[in-house]
Amino acid sequence: MQKIKTAMLGLLLCGALPASAGTLADIQQKDELTCGVSEGTPGFSNPDASGRWVGLDVDICRAVSAAVLGDQEKIKFVPLASKQKIVALAAGQVDMTSRTTTWTMKRDTKEGVDFTAIVYYDGQGFMVNKALGLTSAKELDGASVCVTTGTTTELNLADFARANGINIEAVVFEGKKEAFNSYKQGRCDAFTTDMSQLASWRSTLPNSDDHVILNDVISKEPLSPLVRHGDNQWKDAVTWVINGLIEAEEKGVTQANVDQLASSSQDPTIQRMLGVSGDMGGYIGLDQDWLKRAIAAVGNYGEIYDRNLGENTRLKLDRGINSLWSQGGLFYSPPIR
Amino acid sequence: MLNKLTASAGSNRFRLDLVLQAVFLALIFYLAYSVFHNTQVNLENRGIESGFEFLDKEAGLPIGDALISYTPTDSYGWAFFTAVVNTLYVAFFAIILATVVGVLIGIARVSRNWLVCRMAAIYVETLRNVPLLLTLIFIYVVVLSSLPSARSSWLLTEGILLNIRGFYFPKPLPQDGFGLVLFSVGLAVVLCWGFRRWAKRYTERTGQELASFRISLVLLLGLPALTYLLTGQPLLWENPELKGFNYRGGLSLRPEFLALLLGLVLYTAAFIGENVRSGIQSVSKGQVEAAQALGLKPGKVMLRVVLPQALRVIIPATTNDYTSLVKNSSLAVAIGYPDMVSVGGTIIGQNGQAIEIIGMWMAVYMAINLLISAFMNWLNARVQMVER
Repeated sequence: MQKIKTAMLGLLLCGALPASAGTLADIQQKDELTCGVSEGTPGFSNPDASGRWVGLDVDICRAVSAAVLGDQEKIKFVPLASKQKIVALAAGQVDMTSRTTTWTMKRDTKEGVDFTAIVYYDGQGFMVNKALGLTSAKELDGASVCVTTGTTTELNLADFARANGINIEAVVFEGKKEAFNSYKQGRCDAFTTDMSQLASWRSTLPNSDDHVILNDVISKEPLSPLVRHGDNQWKDAVTWVINGLIEAEEKGVTQANVDQLASSSQDPTIQRMLGVSGDMGGYIGLDQDWLKRAIAAVGNYGEIYDRNLGENTRLKLDRGINSLWSQGGLFYSPPIR
Repeated sequence: MLNKLTASAGSNRFRLDLVLQAVFLALIFYLAYSVFHNTQVNLENRGIESGFEFLDKEAGLPIGDALISYTPTDSYGWAFFTAVVNTLYVAFFAIILATVVGVLIGIARVSRNWLVCRMAAIYVETLRNVPLLLTLIFIYVVVLSSLPSARSSWLLTEGILLNIRGFYFPKPLPQDGFGLVLFSVGLAVVLCWGFRRWAKRYTERTGQELASFRISLVLLLGLPALTYLLTGQPLLWENPELKGFNYRGGLSLRPEFLALLLGLVLYTAAFIGENVRSGIQSVSKGQVEAAQALGLKPGKVMLRVVLPQALRVIIPATTNDYTSLVKNSSLAVAIGYPDMVSVGGTIIGQNGQAIEIIGMWMAVYMAINLLISAFMNWLNARVQMVER
């Protein structure tokens, strides 16, 4: 056992990890950001018809790339399965992952990764066929539920069943597509994953009105991009790019007006954000235009949301708790000063 | 003098070889050590937990189709073990069925009936040349889309039914006195074995053949049946019943299990079929002709003369196919059967301890396959001896 373990340790970590000065310096030196994304989750990270990766998670990568490398296209996207995402990051295969990953205590403390800032507040729910006439997830006693392996989803499902004293047969698949197809075929009574993704999968059904998403939200799923544990400079950079996008929405800085505001705004906060005054970029090892470039590339948080998940997309996800704090939501960026 | 020189040159070379090998060995040890050390340092630097302590902690993960008793409150270790049992379960039946189907396919391949022979060839070529993953997904999707929903199940007979949630059948509930029935089964087997030994000697002595197959059959079925009736039928059946979403009670086989079993059997049978074909074709024609000259019927020629000789070719190749089958069962994760790769993947996702889990996967697959190899080698040795 020890021998096998040693061999695996070596395989996983050694080859992949050359001595490094720091992730930020490495990225700038190779002039490319490797970003781990999901294999295909509409609205979050999904290749479009022309093969270009689009989605909220993808836009976060692009914003970081624009801030760090000056170009939102200098990214290599690496699709990662649920059970690979943390190992791949910890082993150095990717510089960051932006992949609908739930911020949990154990991951944060025990698995060699650090979470940056929350980009979406999600919660796990259930989709069922309307014909079943269910009103609550607690009525799922004896039901079979299709779910994906290696995720918190699977464990929340077991917790939910235990907490409510009901029996649920989990049918666990490697990929979300397989799990969803099985549900579609009628193998399972319900399909469970985060609410946002339920909406995104439902939007792919030809008869989407036959399926309802139950109101019960059985978990808290704060989704956040991750970096490797122990590189504080790089963690700061990613965290503050995200904070900057949120602050930009609050301050009304958009993709369209960012250049104009940079030259004309008298608001001291906007001046600091866009590098007109202060040395904000220097704090995270970047130049003064870091946030200006990020906003110019993908827009502020609200624009990213609207483009990928909002009313005009197939997902039609209400902003809800994902609004700014000033509008009754949970998004609140620490001040940039 | 010259002799002495060459001798010393020889021993010098011997010494040089020894030194080189020692250096090489040291180098390998050094590499292994630095890999280990480097990894430990890296793990520590990143604050990644390592070791097997997590196996004792509560798993909290669901396993939908567990053969042994499992609940989410059990430990990670037990969850993994449950999944290993699932892997063994599907592999065991797949090996048996694939052998049966494979032998039939192999015999069909050498059949003189053109249609049978062609059909077998098409089967073998198709299954062997399509990746198993595709076959599995295809079978799973076809299985699912052809089965009716729980409410409109196909009722084959009372208590036996088929729907998209699985194949359901009654669960036996042994009552008092059932132990006697089991005992009589054991007794029948022992008697049967004794009878066949005696019958063999009788045939050798007198040249007369007894209908030993029929007599054994009567013995094997009759004795337990008689005991069952005499003890007052000590067996009740629990039928599956429709409750809520689905049938409950009774026993069931899930579509994931059925699809995986079917896929593994069909795929591996194609390979075993080829082994059987080559084995049969390796038996010289003279053997068949000699058997026919003795007046043996075609079935007996195959069973008594050809197959036993073909086995020495078939067994080693088939050992490889059995081990492949076990390894291929890991594709279960694609179609939702909770084998050890599926459950292990969840444990990795939950703990991030990929190295430990991958190590455990490797160790278990290796242990299973070494056991299979050992058994097949033993079988092979026996066949070789009989063949002489």
